Amino acid sequence: MAFESLSEKLQNVFKNLRSKGRLTEADVKAAMKEVKRALLEADVNFKVVKSFIKTVQERAVGQDVLNGLNPGQMVIKIVKEEMEALMGSTMTEIALRPGNEITIIMMAGLQGAGKTTTCAKLAGQYKKKGKRPLLVACDVYRPAAIKQLQVNGEKVGVPVFTMGDKQNPVDIAKAGVEHAQKNGNNIVILDTAGRLHIDEDMMGELVAIKQNVDVYQTVLVVDAMTGQDAVNVAKEFNDKVAIDGIIVTKLDGDTRGGAALSIRAVTGKPILYVGMGEKLEDLQQFYPDRMTSRILGMGDVLSLIEKA
Amino acid sequence: SKTRDSIAAGFDSIFSGFSGLDDDFYEELEEILIMSDMGIDTTMNIIENLKKKVKEEKIKDPEACRQLLIDSIKEQMRLDSDAYEYQNRKSVVLVIGVNGVGKTTSVGKLAAILKGQGKKVLLAAADTFRAGAIEQLKEWANRAGVDIISQSEGADPAAVVYDAVAAAKARDVDILLCDTAGRLHNKKNLMNELSKINRIIQKEYSEAYLETLIVLDGTTGQNALAQAKQFKEATDISGIILTKLDGTAKGGIAIAIQSELGIPVKYIGIGEQIDDLQEFDSDMFVNALFERGDE
Ligand SMILES: Nc1nc2c(ncn2[C@@H]2O[C@H](COP(=O)(O)OP(=O)(O)OP(=O)(O)O)[C@@H](O)[C@H]2O)c(=O)[nH]1
Ligand SMILES: Nc1nc2c(ncn2[C@@H]2O[C@H](COP(=O)(O)OP(=O)(O)OP(=O)(O)O)[C@@H](O)[C@H]2O)c(=O)[nH]1
Ligand SMILES: [Mg+2]
Ligand SMILES: [Mg+2]
Repeated sequence: MAFESLSEKLQNVFKNLRSKGRLTEADVKAAMKEVKRALLEADVNFKVVKSFIKTVQERAVGQDVLNGLNPGQMVIKIVKEEMEALMGSTMTEIALRPGNEITIIMMAGLQGAGKTTTCAKLAGQYKKKGKRPLLVACDVYRPAAIKQLQVNGEKVGVPVFTMGDKQNPVDIAKAGVEHAQKNGNNIVILDTAGRLHIDEDMMGELVAIKQNVDVYQTVLVVDAMTGQDAVNVAKEFNDKVAIDGIIVTKLDGDTRGGAALSIRAVTGKPILYVGMGEKLEDLQQFYPDRMTSRILGMGDVLSLIEKA
Repeated sequence: SKTRDSIAAGFDSIFSGFSGLDDDFYEELEEILIMSDMGIDTTMNIIENLKKKVKEEKIKDPEACRQLLIDSIKEQMRLDSDAYEYQNRKSVVLVIGVNGVGKTTSVGKLAAILKGQGKKVLLAAADTFRAGAIEQLKEWANRAGVDIISQSEGADPAAVVYDAVAAAKARDVDILLCDTAGRLHNKKNLMNELSKINRIIQKEYSEAYLETLIVLDGTTGQNALAQAKQFKEATDISGIILTKLDGTAKGGIAIAIQSELGIPVKYIGIGEQIDDLQEFDSDMFVNALFERGDE
């Protein structure tokens, strides 16, 4: 990656300091400037960065430097621990209803985030696990959105329920669930149209879907390349529609993906999966520690510190 | 619009809430610029330059400082007078960018604008990869009332472009608009495919004016800079279409791209409808970044 790693920068900050037994306020302050910069370059939201820095600073000052670490590594260790506290340290899966009860999953998010693709990826995974998923085409706005879902559904061997683009998405969702009940599908995945978080009518549509069908999991799909605005988007979707988890897409790019941290911080909701490509098998489990290293741009040193 | 308010309000308040130009003032300014996705380097440069000018011109008043800042960004983002020269020539417009940014939609909108100017427009469906991409562009061709050249899903995109160029010549088309598949800039083979498309246009239609527009999602953060850099290596980018500015994101990264790479924003996308594409207006863009909205 093209980034000078944070660890290198921190090592430089501390180069001129004698290795000391305890972190002083001045040490930590100097290091925090670099941490702040790294997080901002990774697109972590400015306000999230500010409060994060404050927490780390308070914790770090006065701490003993562990054996085998220099002050720079010591700060990184604390940064990493605090990042993990923010990011969550366990992997979470989309919750399913027990037995053969139908689980309804609704995908939502901004335009072009990757909802339709992710719906098909997810359906494919459930099918492989022996579930009987049904995809429901609730995007009646985007040209050829239904066709896209149909083609992808076919690729993963999952049926797609559609009523064309002249019906109301709420009615389509209802009919889709009825169709699932009749046909023995136990997972229903609703592909909804992309929408802006400030579009009251379109946000209302999602609420109406939830009022009319028993959505069990609402998943916010977010593009990993999103910048500072990610917090506004996530907050609005969570406040208006109530989300249960997040899927971050396009992580096969070279973005540092700080939006993931911001979203986690403002919603407190877990990141469930990550999209790692356009192909329909490219959906992976989310590993918080990998995301932490990625955002900090320092895959290398973390394992080193792990051992200390 | 609505949310421009909150940020803009913040901006206003820093200039009214401070009586002098001290460190706190500049710190708050930094926050506002970073929140627009301008990025830390560009933000620091802008603030450094601002401080220098403030000193040179002996400015003491926050309001004057504000105007100085706004004016300098406006100036930087201003388009050359020949920015839309492709419209006056026989031309090919190649539309490129990463996944989901708004390429296909922007091609549709642009087709409508050009058709409205009385141009003979042809579309090339060179995204043969994404499910439903061809049908999507066909619907846009339909809405704009222009012709489209397409093959089937999975066909070689370079072959589609080749066909489209031949058709453009044969039909005496004024402007050929090529939609391409979304591709991440770090995928070598996909970037090579783009270079190949570019070469075919240059070779088969050397007399045409080639306009290459990269579409950037206005919501994107610092990665947009990497996108622009990498795509610039594969093609000769002549401008940016900055989409989704109808949301709450500011698109500040375009300012960083203009400073670092000299690529100007030529169009902005402000919605999903056919008339939601506008020529870039530097004054409007910067005002929207910094000023309170109308509401
Ligand atoms: N590289 C990469 N591309 C992805 C990933 N997920 C989705 N995409 C691509 O992103 C683009 C947009 O994906 P869609 O699934 O159409 O997004 P959407 O959210 O349904 O879009 P709208 O319905 O228009 O709001 C397509 O080109 C997808 O192939 C991913 O994880 N990696
Ligand atoms: N709100 C808003 N949505 C937009 C704008 N431009 C495009 N979109 C939406 O963004 C989504 C993706 O647009 P596309 O035109 O399919 O994007 P693309 O770059 O062609 O996507 P791929 O071909 O999959 O890479 C669609 O839902 C569009 O309606 C815009 O300016 N504002
Ligand atoms: Mg979709
Ligand atoms: Mg497209």
